[in-house]
Amino acid sequence: MARTLFEKIWNDHVVVGEAGRPAVLYVDLHLIHEVTSPQAFAGLRARGLKVRRPERTVATMDHSTPTLPKALQVIDEQARAQLSQLEKNCAEFGIRLFALGNDKNGIVHVVGPERGFTQPGMTIVCGDSHTSTHGAFGSLAFGIGTSEVEHVLASQCLLQSRPKTMEVRIDGTLSPLVTAKDIILAVIAQIGTGGGTGYVIEYTGSAIRALDMEARMTVCNMSIEAGARAGLIAPDEKTFEYVKGREFAPAGAAWDAAVERWKKLPTDAGATYDTLVTLEADKIEPMITYGTHPGMAVPVTQALPAAADFSAGSERQAFEKAMVYMGLEGGHSLVGQKVDVVFVGSCTNGRISDLRLAASVLKGRHVAVGVRVLIVPGSQEVKRQAEAEGLDRIFTEAGAEWREAGCSMCIAMNGDQLSPGQYAVSTSNRNFEGRQGKGGRTFLASPATAAASAVTGKVTDVRTLAAV
Amino acid sequence: MASFTKITSHAVVIPSENIDTDQIIPARFLKVLDKDGLGKSLFCDWRYLPDGTNVPDFPLNYAASEGAQVLIAGDNFGCGSSREHAPWALVGWGIRVVISTSFADIFKGNSLKNGLLPVVVSQDIHQKLLAAQAANPKAQVTVDLAQNLLTLPDGSTTAFPVDSFAQHCLLHGIDQLGYILSFDDKIKVFEAAHSYAS
Repeated sequence: MARTLFEKIWNDHVVVGEAGRPAVLYVDLHLIHEVTSPQAFAGLRARGLKVRRPERTVATMDHSTPTLPKALQVIDEQARAQLSQLEKNCAEFGIRLFALGNDKNGIVHVVGPERGFTQPGMTIVCGDSHTSTHGAFGSLAFGIGTSEVEHVLASQCLLQSRPKTMEVRIDGTLSPLVTAKDIILAVIAQIGTGGGTGYVIEYTGSAIRALDMEARMTVCNMSIEAGARAGLIAPDEKTFEYVKGREFAPAGAAWDAAVERWKKLPTDAGATYDTLVTLEADKIEPMITYGTHPGMAVPVTQALPAAADFSAGSERQAFEKAMVYMGLEGGHSLVGQKVDVVFVGSCTNGRISDLRLAASVLKGRHVAVGVRVLIVPGSQEVKRQAEAEGLDRIFTEAGAEWREAGCSMCIAMNGDQLSPGQYAVSTSNRNFEGRQGKGGRTFLASPATAAASAVTGKVTDVRTLAAV
Repeated sequence: MASFTKITSHAVVIPSENIDTDQIIPARFLKVLDKDGLGKSLFCDWRYLPDGTNVPDFPLNYAASEGAQVLIAGDNFGCGSSREHAPWALVGWGIRVVISTSFADIFKGNSLKNGLLPVVVSQDIHQKLLAAQAANPKAQVTVDLAQNLLTLPDGSTTAFPVDSFAQHCLLHGIDQLGYILSFDDKIKVFEAAHSYAS
């Protein structure tokens, strides 16, 4: 019987499947970080349990790690205690840790793929909702809570009810300077922040096939912002090429066997999904959010909605509340809106291709007076690669800050944050109230739009910047 | 895990839609090593003024809200981050039931593991609840998990959907990890059969 990519991975990992009960699902790779794991390890200790498969568990420090070069001053005692607790937990239970200062440290969803841990067909979990990133490899990857982190540490399994499947098909060709970030913002704007709830999304179509692996990760990363726990893209030659030769990827005969297995993963002809959503790539423009959730997004040149566009009710109230928080009026486009801070980084857009794109806009230009620009690589590996290519000099000569790797201003736990009332164009994934610092106001956009806005000090359509 | 059977309580209403976990418990409160003590930071940025005093018109701060065990919120409650600190903070404040027209998946799963019951109701029932609570902030609702029945302040009842396994675990305070570990033999067989998983 014809099966989808999701069904193949799911069926391959069901340890116990009894009617009327959630499946016991085997987890191939468990990623952990300092913020959502301490209570899970405490739970293990309280029960006298061990980590069942420490070699399938990988830890990194990222959420509260400092990004100021060299100083590496952890922001406060609480953060320091959490980092040191992760170190103790990993030592005690025999888990590989890429600690702060390790040359392989970085954001968990950047480190997993770049070290070759992330592979097609796997089940991957992490106490972090952006675990959906790894679905770009054709692996079933989703965020879990801390109780579930404890379950996986102890049993290498999770209790999961089987989700429904949604195909998001995007055919056609993206226009120049329109990116994967614009695709996913357009998808979320179309289906809404709860549109994917209960579903695993598989992204298909010629525009998805044309994306490189890093762009695919950007798309899958924000699946959770549409409410879907996981996003998937079928593995292909690009996937295999990306994984091949990485530190923890299979090698030799094991590699050949793995590729044979992975080639069977894509959805069979004739397999069906529970629902279908389509977008045309040619019609997607550079997108930007204007409100307080990622579904409040429009093409950057398009007028924002106005209150009058909504019928009275909760949707209108939500719009009005968001406009008050953002200090904006609807009815006109955001182009020209003053910007105080630009943040390029995060598990959404902190990989080398994102930095190259930002650098291509900033090269030979300077950031506007009064605008603070943070460029935060997703990992130490990304940082080294950027420096080898001279991107760091492009950024610093343009007047941007070149930082160490970490989650940084995406979650504002490490001291990198907005001040109340400040406006930021950010390449991260959430524009919730206070997400980038209490009272801060976030416009989510691509690295190209962010860099262009840095240059002008205003929200800018990157396509209108004159050639240097 | 604490069991959950039946609760009768007045409710706090925070009617906004898409209340994300960053609002329920902002990220700066996640730098903790245990689960306790988060109740005071629940909805921190909506609840307190910059000087630390209460925002007078925020529902949690109403005198009538004191002691409420039920929260009625707008659609897609708990979207965003996977932080289990969100249910920990709600439970820490005293909430045992959240009623909405829908919940984000991860939040729902996290809640059920912490004795916090997400109750999905129709738009109609939601509107009725909001109206009843607006008329009388001390209006009582009853949530009976064994019967999966919600009793509104006017005495009418409505069934709410609940996953039968989650219901069983909550009613009896069953620890899900213990349940998973009871399949240890099958996990071993699975690992042996999947050479790539060994």
